[in-house]
Amino acid sequence: MSTAEKDGQKKTKSRWDSGVTPYAEMGYWDPDYEPKDTDVLCAFRITPQEGVDAIEAAAAVAGESSTATWTVVWTDRLTSYEHYQAKAYSVEEVPGTPGQYIALIAYDIDLFEEGSIANLTSSIIGNVFGFKPLKALRLEDMRVPVAYVKTFPGPPHGITMEREYLDKFGRPLIGATTKPKLGLSAKNYGRVVYEALRGGLDFTKDDENINSQPFMRWRDRYIHSMEAVQRAQAATGEVKGHYLNVTAGTMEEMYERAEFAKEVGSVIVMQDLTVGYTAMTSMSKWCRANGMLLHLHRAGHGTYTRQKTHGVSFRVIAKWCRLLGVDHVHAGTVVGKLEGDPAMIMGYYKILRDNYIEKDLQQGIYFDQDWASMPGVMPVASGGIHAGQMHQLLHYLGEDSILQFGGGTIGHPMGIAAGASANRTAVEAIIQARNEGRDYYSEGPDILVEAAKGCPELNAALEVWKDITFDYTSTDTADVEVTPTSA
Amino acid sequence: MRLTQGQFSFLPDLTDEQIEAQISYALSHGWSIMVEYTDDPHPRNGLWEMWSPPMFDLSEDEVDVAMRDVRACCEAHSDIYVKVVAYDRSLGRQTSAMSFIVNRPEVEPGFKLERQETHDRVIRYTLTSYAVDKQPRGSRYAAASGNGSATNGTAAD
Repeated sequence: MSTAEKDGQKKTKSRWDSGVTPYAEMGYWDPDYEPKDTDVLCAFRITPQEGVDAIEAAAAVAGESSTATWTVVWTDRLTSYEHYQAKAYSVEEVPGTPGQYIALIAYDIDLFEEGSIANLTSSIIGNVFGFKPLKALRLEDMRVPVAYVKTFPGPPHGITMEREYLDKFGRPLIGATTKPKLGLSAKNYGRVVYEALRGGLDFTKDDENINSQPFMRWRDRYIHSMEAVQRAQAATGEVKGHYLNVTAGTMEEMYERAEFAKEVGSVIVMQDLTVGYTAMTSMSKWCRANGMLLHLHRAGHGTYTRQKTHGVSFRVIAKWCRLLGVDHVHAGTVVGKLEGDPAMIMGYYKILRDNYIEKDLQQGIYFDQDWASMPGVMPVASGGIHAGQMHQLLHYLGEDSILQFGGGTIGHPMGIAAGASANRTAVEAIIQARNEGRDYYSEGPDILVEAAKGCPELNAALEVWKDITFDYTSTDTADVEVTPTSA
Repeated sequence: MRLTQGQFSFLPDLTDEQIEAQISYALSHGWSIMVEYTDDPHPRNGLWEMWSPPMFDLSEDEVDVAMRDVRACCEAHSDIYVKVVAYDRSLGRQTSAMSFIVNRPEVEPGFKLERQETHDRVIRYTLTSYAVDKQPRGSRYAAASGNGSATNGTAAD
């Protein structure tokens, strides 16, 4: 609202008079606007302060995330400002949730630098999330136009190339995070990696916060982990990998660690989301140039993705990560210990893997997204999952996924290798049953029990974790329908 | 050791009926079938010999045609590794959709890991197959099949 309105003077102010003009009247609200194929489109959930009109709030978001400042500036007139102004073109109340609105805003592609997630995010989530007239603001979805998609590198390898590189097809890949995550010496760490890989896992993984601490420096970890990987390859005749975390305090140190990972023969390195978009993009470029798979751990994302009214949805983070280019990213488990509504998570998986995703409000997807053949990213399910859930995991997450059983491997009563064998046998048995045309989802428990007859390790796993589920209501759900956490 | 490449190496060896069921699943998706064999199972050997050109045009009820090739290849190469691969040519995938071993040697001697110690505790590793090291191609596994050569014949039945 303008000061003029507040004072009840109701005089007509020209667009260019000095002072404050409502954003909606400055061109940031245009209900007749038809988005262009090249526009970046955003869906924001806005919660205006009491007394703030929803349309004005949406226009303010459009203004503050593009050209506007709080007052009229004559220097706008030196530009084709209509072109650069973001335009809110739709505002609708969220069904059943008074006070919240979904605003759709279009941004011309000229507002953004090619190939820079840092620039894109500085614009769209830069200032506006602290804007006072809003109680809360959440970026729900973003349509990245093909013209902009094509300025990004995408995954260093992608799903097809990763599978050919590893020579593993037709089933989810399986892995485990080394536990305890902190405190192991390099030799003991290598022991865990070796046992898990020789037992049947495809991958093991550094945890997000294992970098280079006093109890184990990175170089020693790399050397011992690679001994374990090589021994496991010799024992099984399969390609194996351990995600060596190259996250460090500076980019120079990250490159140094990645170079050493390459020198000792690793097929994969990993980085944490905490290093930032630019560092991640640089690492992606390095991985493409050096034949290295790149895993991304989404450390810290819960601070801004979890709450429904404020922050950035993970589906948007997933899009940015596919653009800047990683081969793996953690995207939720549905049945495990960490937050995740099934419909929302299936939406994230589609965004990471599919080439064309259609609008689907039940999965929180507000726009069609065309990836123009940019390779897909392997979604990773990790956190509180075990062999007894294999049929559910395949049902919800599909075949092109990585299932990581940390506790579910290392906590096995017969040992780490036995835990790995249990998981591998379970995934193969469920895939076999699915391909044979069985209703593997409802018959899953029986299929696993049958497979366990020839596999004491699986039998023990089913026994020890049979009652473990994490049934809590999700905080981040679709507005159209409430769904339970697990079946 | 047991070579654990492929989709089903942790399960008991597949019976003919189980192999047919898998091929049937592949054909129902429109995938083509390839039969491949090798006596060099190194994990980086992505190019096993092709028993015949890929079977691109099988309909869903032609599982028996594919099985004829599987059986012929397994008979001719009963002492080495044979796998069935289903190939998906669809846009966005254009790679194998399935891959599983259907025949393996009776004795699998496994792999030798050689270490070369270099600078600063860095070790270079070389993985070699004991069978490959011992004998030239065609006579690497003990059991005699009479067909020792790397014949790339089409199914001869």
